[in-house]
Amino acid sequence: MICFRLQQIFSYHEREREGFRAFAVSLSIDSNSTFTPIDHRSDGMDRRLQFAFVLLCLGLLSSTARSDLVVSKAERLVDLNSHIVRVLSKLKVENEGPDDVSEVLLALPDAQAKNLAAIRTFYSDGKLGFVLPTEPIEPKGMPSDVTYYSIALPKKLGKGKTVSLDVLSIFTRSLKPFPEEITQAESQLVVYTDNMYYTSPYPVKYQSLVFRLPGRVESYTKYPKVELVKSELRYGPFEMQPAFSYSPVVVHFENNNPFAVANELVREIEISHWGNVRVTEQYTISHGGASLKNGFSRIEYQARPYMRGASSFRVLIAKLPARAHSVYYRDEIGNISTSHLWGDSQRTQLEIEPRFPIFGGWKTTFTIGYSLPLHDFLFEADGGKRVLNMTFGCPLDEVLVEKHIVKVVLPEGSKDITVATLFPTKQSEDVKYSHLDILGRPVVVLEKDNVVPEHNLYFQVYYKFNNISLLSEPMMLIVGIFLLFVACIVYMHTDLAISKTSSSYLEKLQWEEVQATVQHIKNIFDQYLAAHDKLESSLRDLSRSGDVQSCKAARKAADAQFKELAKELKPLLTFLQSCSQASSILPKIEELVTKEKEMQEKEMAKHTTVVDCFEKKLGGKDIESRIASQQQKLTSLKQEVESLLDSISEI
Amino acid sequence: MATSKVEGSSSLRHAFGGVLSVFILLLIGVVAFSIRLFSVIKYESVIHEFDPYFNYRVTQFLSKNGIYDFWNWFDDRTWYPLGRVIGGTVYPGLTLTAGTMWKLANSLNIPLSVETVCVFTAPIFSAFAAWATYLLTKEVKGPGAGITAAAILAMVPSYISRSVAGSYDNEAVAIFALIFTFYLYIKTLNTGSLFYATLNSFAYFYMVCSWGGYTFIINLIPMHVLLCIVTGRYSSRLYIAYAPLVVLGTLLAALVPVVGFNAVMTSEHFGSFLVFIIIHVVALVYYIKGILTPRLFKVATTLVLTVGIAVCAVVVAILVALVASSPTKGWSGRSLSLLDPTYASKYIPIIASVSEHQPPTWPSYFMDINVLAFLVPAGIVACFLPLSDASSFAVLYLVTSVYFSGVMVRLMLVLAPAACIMSGIALSEAFGVLTRSMKFHITKYFECSHTEAPAKLGESTSTESSAPLENMTKSDTTEKPEVARKEKVARRKQKKEKELTENAHVKPVSAKKEKRPLVLPLEASIVSVFLLIVLGGLYVLHCVWAAAEAYSAPSIVLTSHSHDGLHVFDDFREAYAWLRHNTEVDDKVASWWDYGYQTTAMANRTVIVDNNTWNNTHIATVGTAMSSPEKAAWEIFNSLDVKYVLVVFGGLVGYPSDDINKFLWMVRIGGGVFPHIKEADYLKDGQYRVDAQATHTMLNCLMYKLSYYRFVETDGKGFDRVRRYEIGKKHFKLTHFEEVFTTHHWMVRIYKLKPQKNRIRGKSRKSKLGSKSTSSKSGGMTHKNPWN
Repeated sequence: MICFRLQQIFSYHEREREGFRAFAVSLSIDSNSTFTPIDHRSDGMDRRLQFAFVLLCLGLLSSTARSDLVVSKAERLVDLNSHIVRVLSKLKVENEGPDDVSEVLLALPDAQAKNLAAIRTFYSDGKLGFVLPTEPIEPKGMPSDVTYYSIALPKKLGKGKTVSLDVLSIFTRSLKPFPEEITQAESQLVVYTDNMYYTSPYPVKYQSLVFRLPGRVESYTKYPKVELVKSELRYGPFEMQPAFSYSPVVVHFENNNPFAVANELVREIEISHWGNVRVTEQYTISHGGASLKNGFSRIEYQARPYMRGASSFRVLIAKLPARAHSVYYRDEIGNISTSHLWGDSQRTQLEIEPRFPIFGGWKTTFTIGYSLPLHDFLFEADGGKRVLNMTFGCPLDEVLVEKHIVKVVLPEGSKDITVATLFPTKQSEDVKYSHLDILGRPVVVLEKDNVVPEHNLYFQVYYKFNNISLLSEPMMLIVGIFLLFVACIVYMHTDLAISKTSSSYLEKLQWEEVQATVQHIKNIFDQYLAAHDKLESSLRDLSRSGDVQSCKAARKAADAQFKELAKELKPLLTFLQSCSQASSILPKIEELVTKEKEMQEKEMAKHTTVVDCFEKKLGGKDIESRIASQQQKLTSLKQEVESLLDSISEI
Repeated sequence: MATSKVEGSSSLRHAFGGVLSVFILLLIGVVAFSIRLFSVIKYESVIHEFDPYFNYRVTQFLSKNGIYDFWNWFDDRTWYPLGRVIGGTVYPGLTLTAGTMWKLANSLNIPLSVETVCVFTAPIFSAFAAWATYLLTKEVKGPGAGITAAAILAMVPSYISRSVAGSYDNEAVAIFALIFTFYLYIKTLNTGSLFYATLNSFAYFYMVCSWGGYTFIINLIPMHVLLCIVTGRYSSRLYIAYAPLVVLGTLLAALVPVVGFNAVMTSEHFGSFLVFIIIHVVALVYYIKGILTPRLFKVATTLVLTVGIAVCAVVVAILVALVASSPTKGWSGRSLSLLDPTYASKYIPIIASVSEHQPPTWPSYFMDINVLAFLVPAGIVACFLPLSDASSFAVLYLVTSVYFSGVMVRLMLVLAPAACIMSGIALSEAFGVLTRSMKFHITKYFECSHTEAPAKLGESTSTESSAPLENMTKSDTTEKPEVARKEKVARRKQKKEKELTENAHVKPVSAKKEKRPLVLPLEASIVSVFLLIVLGGLYVLHCVWAAAEAYSAPSIVLTSHSHDGLHVFDDFREAYAWLRHNTEVDDKVASWWDYGYQTTAMANRTVIVDNNTWNNTHIATVGTAMSSPEKAAWEIFNSLDVKYVLVVFGGLVGYPSDDINKFLWMVRIGGGVFPHIKEADYLKDGQYRVDAQATHTMLNCLMYKLSYYRFVETDGKGFDRVRRYEIGKKHFKLTHFEEVFTTHHWMVRIYKLKPQKNRIRGKSRKSKLGSKSTSSKSGGMTHKNPWN
């Protein structure tokens, strides 16, 4: 079943200028092939078991079958420019035996094999290139201080046929600084040791070895067939060497390229379904070359930085994905201001300078963080799953990562998590609690040692996630705040008194009652005032329309209302008089009542005057002069009543 | 209809006013918080300066190891080889506050780092402080003054200088605690409630936890109590406000390890106990006065006075003798320098060497409190109209804090809230008077127009316009402190009733004129309101400028603007990062004490001395080493196990506060303990200089050499940009030290002590064969090494 089809242009390290070929590889991954890393290990085990079984059964036959292979041509190109050594072996393998062969063995001396970071075999049949599975095996009956790798050929190699294979092996820590301690002014010299002949379990008919060097060569193993052309050291060609030929070759040369080693890198990829992928990378970087002795002199470094301090490095370049934003660069004591960021639609480039230039043996730590748009990295997969597709390795140029930990933090509530990588990694699971989580976010932890830039391949994380769970945290906040308000309301409305009979409690109850009464009284007075207003407005209507009857009717209604209100007011007043606590307000209220009475009288008087005048058809000026004094009294009374009401409501 | 509307809205007015003031207070909190974020925006979210780094480190320890380990923490990474008991010598308030905040956030799964919490603690507490100021001023002079004072405090530059984001120092929370304690004291005084008195003790406890400045509280409150007693304002409320505070507060204060028995043993606290006794005597006198007849009382008074004076004299004599027998007279050096400003510079160079312990200059007053300096007198006047217990406290607080700020520039911080409260009162009163008279004039205008207008229309206008007038009268009364004392309320009511009855008889217009003598002409009040607004605007502008430009620099990262843009000097962190990653974990780093806290916090290396200047001898040792010639310095440092020496040098880029400028203090402090270091040897004709005319001792001391090693190679002349001259000795070699690291702008230079074998080179084989201990001992025995 094909889970995922990935069309990938994959070039190892863009070193075309140095003559390395870029391979366009179309990988079709299928769950049964050894390349499906989900159950990679068990598959590998199966293979190994099968292989042992075959060995047991066929014994001698298989070994003869292997020895029938001959390497007709082996050209090795060793790139020593950086501290990561890349060996590209172009092999032509010929089957001279009678039987078809389905696998080719590679051999590496143990000394080299322990430094091997990656091995990859490229096979090309005309148009398309493939990466062939290359697996370590332990065949019997072979020299033991050699590590073997088997390449499974895509189709069996018949008698007399040849196949071209390009094997790229990447070694770390193979350049030994010599001397091991240098001063600031000195250049860094390193030693590289290798086998002059191609180490192979098969005889090699024709071979050559080329070292590509970054600079001056101090010394190298002298041999008749050697020439040094500019920055290339060529050994060979050698013809007809038997299997496992060995002759050491040592090159001692100057290499001032940055020996940047990340002792540990923790990449945390946090997915938010609100549209963001946040990447945080914590580096511990050190200089893996010759260590510095006699201290560091700034004056020498500043005066002649390329001579005094050539072995150090001060800039690292990180290639981040396109549309990376919110980039930061800091360490545990704050922001580091020496960084530059460029970006276009293809990629973002971050140039970072550690706080100080890194000399041999020096170390520093820092953190890079950036955010990426979710839709560039998260896709829908079959079966309602989602798939995150991100690069595995470290974005820094030419950095060896000794311990690489990738943590993928999936949103809370993700289920059925599976991971697909192109190379074996140690996987574990973890939980991370972040912003208001309850269950925690599932974390997939991938660990791999010795990660080189060639490991910067895509890996996939499949998981199931329901969009509804996105809303859980906002809902939680809303409910929380709602409950807070509810709690406030409940607190305000419940009686939390412990003793219901204590005097202070009773007093409080009575006081509340008084307050309610006062409020009631206030309402009544408001109605009084409204009635007054009605009367006033009826007078105004009268002046406009001259309708005396309606004015009289209004007065009658007002009279009735005044009576009713007075009736209503009476029991309230008697209650207040009986209450001890109301003593402070009572005089005010009584004053209010008298004032209102007075106002009522005045109003009535005014009303009668105006209506009379109208009935007598007197002029407007006349009326005004008649009621002027009443009017003034009324206004002042009204103000007093209002201010009294206000002062009552203050209680 | 219009009237009823006004009625309805006036009943709503209270609710609306409440909501509005809550909203305003919320905005004031936001302003207080956000004005302090300039440092984060302009620089970064980082801890500032020196002391905050220590607090940050302690908080980290607390959050990692928990509270019990924190109390028992013996720090061996500082004051080597003595170490420091952090748990017992630190004011834990700030650390516990930030630690609690961090824990709370993390328990809610909000992943904040300890650093983030620490950086934002100060701005958060500034908002709290503004709210506490509102409460305090409201108690003193009503909510209007409260809101004004809170708004002023939210952005007073003096307080901003100590509480910008990243300024994670004790003062950040202490000012809030100070104001809140005062608020609760005044609240208790106004209400006489035991509940508030208890709260007050707890607030005082928090203050004691937070800052050594709590002695200000425990002296100011007794002073106020005494003032109240002397002026005949004794009441049971005063007793309730004071007695529980002393008893509970002292007990609680003694719980803080750093205070402990100091709460009862040092003379800073004696004043409060004395007043405690006095208030009881006074209470007794009042009680006896209540039960005796006046004649009998007189007799009793004379009897008690004669006996009492004799007893008092004896007690005072014993006390004086006890206190005088202690060498510092029971006072700590910092407190003594408060009372006698010249004390520190005379006797304690280590206190005098800190710039924030110097007396302030006049410009710094203008810089730090700006226009408040002019508003404060008006506020004092307003406090006397009428003088209440609360307003007398405000006046007393202001007067004492003005004195203290004159002694030590750092205590300007204590003055700031007092100045804000006073200015708030002044502004609010001024606005009150002016707007009231404006309103009155406008009303009058309407009243006039109404007499000309036709009657029926005039009626409605008059009712409408008179309503706000009434409201205004009322608001006038509400502004007075809402003291729940019944007699006062009653008095006010009587007054009001009188006014109202007057109103009823006289015509409204004239009545109002009689009622209010404070009415100003309309034009004058409009102009004054305008001027006050301009004044306030100027203040705000100044505050924003101060927050953005003057007080936001974190001082560990410096910036300069040149023609090609912003230039960042991040040398300190460069050096600390280098130390952190490229030296051994247990290496000891020697530097002047200023950089001790930063070195332990940022570089995680053991230091010899740090900013907690508790051991003068130890600091003097480092000072002596720095001012000694190379060999003697090497011996001192070697005897202290020092591996690296760190100096700060500003000569290349012109950074003025470098070690050469601080060097005279090293000489002074060193010379104070080890007499062979004489200040005169370093001065030429009474002048401090490092150019060609400098003394031989100066040009050969370690500090000079470490600062200027190979400096001449930068420009060929050795021109020092801080001192603005060429240095005296240009070409020299180091024999006992080697340069291991210098930062990009040469601001920090780190040297390593050369290993021992260099020292015994040339000596006879026999002495080499002698045991190592004797050789090191013989080196240490020389009289120049003060460490033995």
